[in-house]
Amino acid sequence: MTITSAASGARGAGGAVPLAVNLTALHKNFGRVHAVNGVDLQIASGEIVAILGPNGAGKTSTIDIVLGLSQPSSGTVSVYGMQPRHAISRGLISAVMQTGGLLKDLTVRETVEYTASLFAHSQPVREVLSSAGITEIADRRVGKCSGGEQQRLRFALALLCDPELLVLDEPTSGMDVEGRRSFWSAIRKDAEQGRTVLFATHYLEEADAYADRIVLLRHGRIVADGTATQIKSMTAGRTVRATLRGASEAMLTTIPGADTVEVRGETVLVHSNDSDAVARYLLTQTVAKDLEITARGIEDAFLALTGDDTVASTGAI
Amino acid sequence: MSTMPSTIAPDLSARRVPALGGFNLTALKLEIRRLTRNRRTVIISIVVPVVFFLLFGLNKAYDNQTAGNGNVSAFVMISLALYGAVLSTTFCGAMVSIERAQGWSRQLRLTPLSPVAYIVIKIMTALVLGFCSVCAVYIAGIITHKPSMSVGLWIGTGFSVWVGSLKFKAFGLFIGYLLPAENVMQLIGLILALLSFAGGLFIPVSQYPHLVQEIAKWTPLYGLNQLVHTPLLGNGVDWTWVVNVLAWLIIFAGGAVWRMRKDTARV
Repeated sequence: MTITSAASGARGAGGAVPLAVNLTALHKNFGRVHAVNGVDLQIASGEIVAILGPNGAGKTSTIDIVLGLSQPSSGTVSVYGMQPRHAISRGLISAVMQTGGLLKDLTVRETVEYTASLFAHSQPVREVLSSAGITEIADRRVGKCSGGEQQRLRFALALLCDPELLVLDEPTSGMDVEGRRSFWSAIRKDAEQGRTVLFATHYLEEADAYADRIVLLRHGRIVADGTATQIKSMTAGRTVRATLRGASEAMLTTIPGADTVEVRGETVLVHSNDSDAVARYLLTQTVAKDLEITARGIEDAFLALTGDDTVASTGAI
Repeated sequence: MSTMPSTIAPDLSARRVPALGGFNLTALKLEIRRLTRNRRTVIISIVVPVVFFLLFGLNKAYDNQTAGNGNVSAFVMISLALYGAVLSTTFCGAMVSIERAQGWSRQLRLTPLSPVAYIVIKIMTALVLGFCSVCAVYIAGIITHKPSMSVGLWIGTGFSVWVGSLKFKAFGLFIGYLLPAENVMQLIGLILALLSFAGGLFIPVSQYPHLVQEIAKWTPLYGLNQLVHTPLLGNGVDWTWVVNVLAWLIIFAGGAVWRMRKDTARV
């Protein structure tokens, strides 16, 4: 079960406005690697959503599909009720990519003019330059701009078409703390006007600070979906560890209070907000022994939820 | 949540798709401006052919020697215009692969620009640079007063050189994908110089030893070079020239598509 934020539920029920993003049973395979392994995600207009997960969790693959840069192996994708490519043609979505994507031999202004010329409607070049804070460097060649300046230029390009949905793929990687903060305050300010924002990050604090809703991705699956507070409360519980021969994950998930479960050979791990109930159950209803109860911090919990070292787990909040 | 639902209902009906797949003159103008910024490209594809013409096309003997419906000087001028035009289109083709390497093509896919409109912009850019190459050599011909042929032949040969050189746009794309390095331009200069020798652009193929002549007939510039000289020489078209042009066009275009597919799969 996943938690959908209250607001998106309310708006989704309205039905008049199509969902900003609607992914159903999405799969993306690269050979034998399942980069995206059954993702269902609905984002309502106006939400600020973070896709949080470690490298290789399928964040970029999912975002590439939303942007129409790659085709899903199976499942459906729609953006404002249409195919991504059509939404891009209408200037409904735009994106700020991590690196690259700029011609070194154009000036900053020329790059903005070039991109603006491709849209049916675009914001005035001068306004976009000034709101991105790059008016002073407008005549500089892109190749001579610093990494931070180039990122501001990418941001300007993304805002040219005044998109309904802004997609950011790890937009602050490589930025220093100050750069990161000013970048996010610009995004936040921009989103106040009602723009939908979807961003991928592997920084827990970034998702916590800037998103209304966090989608936790691991091995191409959504393992948690809720507000930052909900994710935090979920990760604030304890882990009950025990030795239990022949345990299956299916059996363990039926334990009252169990959130996530894991089987490592004869060792079982049950994560829960009610560790007492889990311990009581294990000791009274099963032959479990060597019980151990440990509390974990948010970081540990995040790593446990998204880390690669674990064998398998079934997601449930 | 930061905003009220009522204020965020997007007005999708106001969103339009640009006409002509996003093709527009601003983008074309900026593409051409980019070309002129690349000084090395301009020098190699426009200045060098003119210098070659001044060095090799003005031999005194060439004024009086006839070559079909004109003189030898005109023959050399056509060859060197073809050399310049082919350099131009190859460079423009190779630039596309450099853009891909820089991620610009991916950035463009996030705009309404359609692939067809993009290719049209690129072909027009190549045509502009190729036009400059042909004009530069032909103007050098006019100024020096050495080449002699009818006005119709000046226009006809110039036009066929200009359009025929487009074939090497595909060659440039292919090479650009095979060697996605910054110094691919120098390599192209070298490769095209060799192909030009083989194709008879610098020295007529008929002056080579028999064995070299037989090999030269299989090289990519040979057929095109023969065809663009046909109006001047008035000796009729040999079907092997046409086969040469088409076969190499298929090889270059096929190679470019093959590499492009591979490249896209990686993205």
